[in-house]
Amino acid sequence: MSRRTMIELKDIYKRFYIGTPNELTVLKGINLTIYEGEFVAVVGASGSGKSTLMNIIGALDRPTQGQYRLDGVDMIAAKDRELSGIRNRKIGFVFQTYNLIAKTNALKNVEMPMLYGGVTGRKRVNRAKELLTMVGMEDRMKHLPEELSGGQKQRVAIARAMGNDPAIILADEPTGALDSTTGRMVMDLFHKLHKEQGKTIVLITHSPELAEETERVVTIKDGFIIGERQGAGI
Amino acid sequence: MMMFYENVRLALFSLKANKMRALLTMLGIIIGISSVIAIMTVGQSMTYTMTESMASMGVNNITVTLQQRPQEEETTEEGMSFGGGMGRVMMEEKDLFTREMLGNYCETYPESVAGISVTESLGQSKLQDKGLYANIQVTGVSLGYFLANDPKLLQGRYFSGAELDEGRKVAMVSDIVVDNMFGGDKEEAIGSMLTVNLGDKYFEFAIIGVYEYEQNAMSFSTASVKDTVTDFYIPLNTAQEISHSQGFSNFTVITADGVNSDAFAETTAGFFAPYYRSNRDFEPTAFSMASMVEIMSDMMSTMTTAIAVIAGIALLVGGIGVMNIMLVSITERTREIGTRKALGAPNSAIRLQFIIESIVICLVGGLIGIVLGVILGMGAANLLGASATPSVGSILLSLGFSMAIGVFFGYYPANKAAKMDPIEALRYE
Repeated sequence: MSRRTMIELKDIYKRFYIGTPNELTVLKGINLTIYEGEFVAVVGASGSGKSTLMNIIGALDRPTQGQYRLDGVDMIAAKDRELSGIRNRKIGFVFQTYNLIAKTNALKNVEMPMLYGGVTGRKRVNRAKELLTMVGMEDRMKHLPEELSGGQKQRVAIARAMGNDPAIILADEPTGALDSTTGRMVMDLFHKLHKEQGKTIVLITHSPELAEETERVVTIKDGFIIGERQGAGI
Repeated sequence: MMMFYENVRLALFSLKANKMRALLTMLGIIIGISSVIAIMTVGQSMTYTMTESMASMGVNNITVTLQQRPQEEETTEEGMSFGGGMGRVMMEEKDLFTREMLGNYCETYPESVAGISVTESLGQSKLQDKGLYANIQVTGVSLGYFLANDPKLLQGRYFSGAELDEGRKVAMVSDIVVDNMFGGDKEEAIGSMLTVNLGDKYFEFAIIGVYEYEQNAMSFSTASVKDTVTDFYIPLNTAQEISHSQGFSNFTVITADGVNSDAFAETTAGFFAPYYRSNRDFEPTAFSMASMVEIMSDMMSTMTTAIAVIAGIALLVGGIGVMNIMLVSITERTREIGTRKALGAPNSAIRLQFIIESIVICLVGGLIGIVLGVILGMGAANLLGASATPSVGSILLSLGFSMAIGVFFGYYPANKAAKMDPIEALRYE
C-alpha cells in the first residue's frame, strides 16, 4: 500500500499533574499511523485514554512526550496560533453533544469554520447551503439548534465539520446521545463521506457494533493500544 | 473586517436574546452618559446665553463701581479677632462719584472715552389711566446710556442734550407701555402726558420716544406680556432732582473703538483712586465687560466640568456593571468558546468577539443615554430660559467615552475567554 500517511503518532505519552503525588500517565507510548481515506474506529472503556488521544489528534492538546505529524505537519513544533489554523482547515470535529452554537441558526453554524478560515460572503453561504443539502437539512437551514432534534443537530454538526473540506473528521461518540434509528442515519452519513468523498474518518466509540462497521478497529486499554484488527465494514 | 461585521451582528443578537439583562447592564451607562450630556447641554446653553446677553450690552464697556475696602483686622482686649469686611458700611452722599469727577475723567481721556452711561433708578411704579395700566421701572439715564445699551427706537427720538442738562420732565417708554396705555398707537403716544406716582408724589412726563422692549435671560420673568415691568427712561438730571442726590454709586464707560478695554479699566481705576485716598470705607474698582464675560464663562465651565466629573463616576460604575455581565456571559458560554476554538478560532478572534460585544453594549447604552441626555438637557435649559444648544462636542466625547469603557471593561473578560483551555471549555457543563 502506498497510501499517503495522514496521522502519524510515535511513542506518545500524556501525563497529568506532573510533579505532584497524583501524577497520572494517561497515554503510555502510543504508536498509531492512519492513512488517507481510512475509516478507523478507536474503542476502549471510559478512562482508557481514548478521549485524551482524540484531543491530541485533534490538536486541542499537546502530548507530554512523543512525535505527532498530521498531513506532514510537525504538530509538536507548531505554535498555538498555527494549531488553531490546523484545527480550522484540516480537522472537522463531531461531538457527542453536538456543540452547535446556541441562538445561531443551522446555516450560520455551518458557516462558522469558514468564517474563521476567511472564506468570504456568498462563497461561504453557498458552500454552507451545499453542505446542509448533502446532510439532508436543506429545509431547516434557518432553524435554531433548539428547534432541531438530536439527529438533526448531529447532521448539522457533520455539515459544519465539513466546512473547510478538512483532511480528517474526528468524531467523538457521535451517536452516543442518539436513539438507534437516528444513530444509524448518522453512521450512514459517515460511510457516505468516506466512500463518496474519500474522507479520513476517526471514530471514537465504546460500541463494538459501530466499530465493526469501520475498516480498522484500534482498541485502547489503560493507555496502551492493546489490539488492532480489520473491521468488517459494510 | 468580515470578522468584525460578524461579531457586531453576533453581539447585537446576544443583546436581543437577553433584553432585560442587557437593559439593566446598560442602565449604568445610560444614566452616566445622559447626565453628562444633560449637564453639559445646560451648562453650555447657560454660558452661551449669558455671554451673549452680556456681549449685547457691549464688550467695549467698563463698569466702574465703589467697593467697600477690606477692613484691617481688629483685635479686642480679650484677644478675640474679628475678620474684616464683615460689617457693611452704608454708602453716603460723600462717598459717591460726583459729576465733577466724571467731567475731569472725560477731559483727561477724550480719545478713549466715547461716552459715559450713568443710571439712577427711582424704583418701580404703575401707570394708571381710566382703568388702563402698565408696570414700569423709572430709570434716569445719561446720554451715554443709549450708546451702551442701544434700545431700538420705534417712534419719536432720544433725549436731547438740553433736555438732559435742564432736567426736563420727558420720558421714553417701551412698546408694551404704548400697547397698554394707548392701544398700540405710537403716534398718539408721542407728545402725550403720563402721570407717574413715585413715593407719595406725582410727576407728569411728556413722551418723546418709544423703544422696543427686548426680553433677555437676565430679565427672565414669568409675568404675562401685559404685566411685564419695562424701563421708563427719564433724563438723569430729572431723576436726581426727584431723588435729591448728586453722586453716583456706579457708571459705565463706553470706550472708543480700538481701545483695549481691559487695560483701560485699570487706567480708569487708577484715575479715580486719588479721589478716594482719604476715604476709609470705599475704593473705586473698574472692570471691563470683556473680562466679566470671560470670568463668567470660566466659572460656568469650571462648574460644568466639576459636575460632569461626578457624572463620569456614574459612568465608571456603569462600566464595572458591563464587566460583571461580560464575565457572567463568558462563563455561561464556556462551551461555545470551546467549540469555537475547536472549529479553529484563534485566541485573538475570541478576544475580539467579546470586546466587540462589550463595546456594543456600551455604545447602545451610550446612544440611548445621549438621546435621553439631550432631551433632559434641552428641557432643563428651556426651563431656565436659556436657548438650548446641545453640545456636539460632548455628544462625540460621550460616544468615544462609552466606546473606551467598552474596550477597557471588556478587555479583561474577553482576555479570560481567549485564554480558556479548549478541552476544559468543551467539557464544561
